Amino acid sequence: MSQSKPLPVVDYLKIPEDGDPYLEGYRCKKCGATFLGQRNVCSKCFARDEMEVIKLSDKGTLHSYAVVYRSFPGIDVPYVSAIVDLEGGGTIKGNLINIEPDPDKIEFNMPVKVIFDDALGRKDKDGNSYLSYFFEPI
Amino acid sequence: MSDVYVMGVDMIKFGRFPDRSVPNIGAEAALMALDDAGLGIQDMQALYCGNLGQANAMVGQRILQEIGQTGMPVVNVANACATGATAFREAWMSIKAGMYDVVLAVGVEQMGKGLLGGAGSGDGIPKEGLLGSGTMPCVFAEAGMEHAKEYGTTFEQFAKISVKNHHHSTMNPKAMYQIETPLDEVMNAEMISYPNTKLMCSVNVDGSAAAVLVSEKKAKELGLSRAVKVRASAMASDPYTDRDLVMPDVNACTRLAAKDAYEQAGIGPEDINLVELHDCFATAEMLHYENLGLCKDGEAGRMIDEGHVELGGKVPVNVSGGLLSKGHPLGATGIANIYEICTHLRGEAGKRQVDGAKIGMTHVIGLGTACGIHILEKVS
Repeated sequence: MSQSKPLPVVDYLKIPEDGDPYLEGYRCKKCGATFLGQRNVCSKCFARDEMEVIKLSDKGTLHSYAVVYRSFPGIDVPYVSAIVDLEGGGTIKGNLINIEPDPDKIEFNMPVKVIFDDALGRKDKDGNSYLSYFFEPI
Repeated sequence: MSDVYVMGVDMIKFGRFPDRSVPNIGAEAALMALDDAGLGIQDMQALYCGNLGQANAMVGQRILQEIGQTGMPVVNVANACATGATAFREAWMSIKAGMYDVVLAVGVEQMGKGLLGGAGSGDGIPKEGLLGSGTMPCVFAEAGMEHAKEYGTTFEQFAKISVKNHHHSTMNPKAMYQIETPLDEVMNAEMISYPNTKLMCSVNVDGSAAAVLVSEKKAKELGLSRAVKVRASAMASDPYTDRDLVMPDVNACTRLAAKDAYEQAGIGPEDINLVELHDCFATAEMLHYENLGLCKDGEAGRMIDEGHVELGGKVPVNVSGGLLSKGHPLGATGIANIYEICTHLRGEAGKRQVDGAKIGMTHVIGLGTACGIHILEKVS
């Protein structure tokens, strides 16, 4: 059965009952390393059971990217695959949208915002729709 | 601990062999390496076999079913694109440990055409093209663009690497292709993931390579005239770096393995006469000039601009044609590059021979991440 509310595209995208969607991180209280998705042990400093759950920032800067022209069948190209460093820690990968997919128009370190929207109309085998995240220039 | 020598080594000409089986392709290289060593399968005390595509299917034993079931121990290894180097290193380690005097290492792969990576898990919906791209040309484009960000490296500089490696392969009859690709052709080829065009992506081919490794005692018994000494065998996984879990870091683990390899050999980058490194994409080769210490950080662009990495240059890189033109059968690559270095150290590389080569280095990266580095030295 398909659900009326969209599901999160990854487990670290949280959709609260009341309030806006956000990305969730796990931060090591000993060394400050920030991870996506639940974990109990820090792979940087090896501390156990020192993880705290944090809300990741919705602002960041473009660390690196590629413009993808060849992907799998059915996927619209070209698009920008981007690596974004979030303010206050954490790095995430996603599509950079609302910008021309042209290296001359894209600047390293440009400020971007994390936005949440439908997952390009993709549905799973049960017909569920999904909420995804994207980056757009600020 | 005994020194370890390569006594026999060979590779088949890389190509596409859809009508053959993986063990059959691997068996061919195994027999060639045995012939090169002047030994038979009955002389081998163990087999270390590298293959990725059939990692759960006992490829090593099936090779012996084609060329001689002696009952020797067989270990099958899989370690992404470092698979072949891992099989070689396991063989090396067994002699270092004093367990054996003569062992065989084989790497083999049969590949489909097309994009690697990006398939993702079966849960939910496909993420490719939604959360960026996990395809290999894109992942390595992102790694190259990190270099561009730091040092202003250009599309043209990345493209020149492909021109060089394709040129080298015109002198290598065992390479998949022997075709010159001028700069404008490389830059105007179909863009796959900017800045990697199609001619800047390694070729998916079938292939195999094999090596017979022996102890010092055995090497002296057999004669050292064509023997090659393994001066270092190093391997590293990806140490923690801030972005590694999102953007695989091929730099940190290469630097870690390179440091270990130079220490084992007691030499520095200035002593290396030629290098076969992991040019899975043109963008990747650029990074490894610096990672392997062939130049200082930020000087990689100059290495290609000034011709230091061409045949005849200061430190020729990928004289075989590299993965870009020789081809990249994942499990075979790490032994095929050892074959290339040994061929130069033996002075048998024909038109592409690096004159006076005494010490060479091989390097592979398996994303996820494994790095394998070997330093090899001419004996006589």
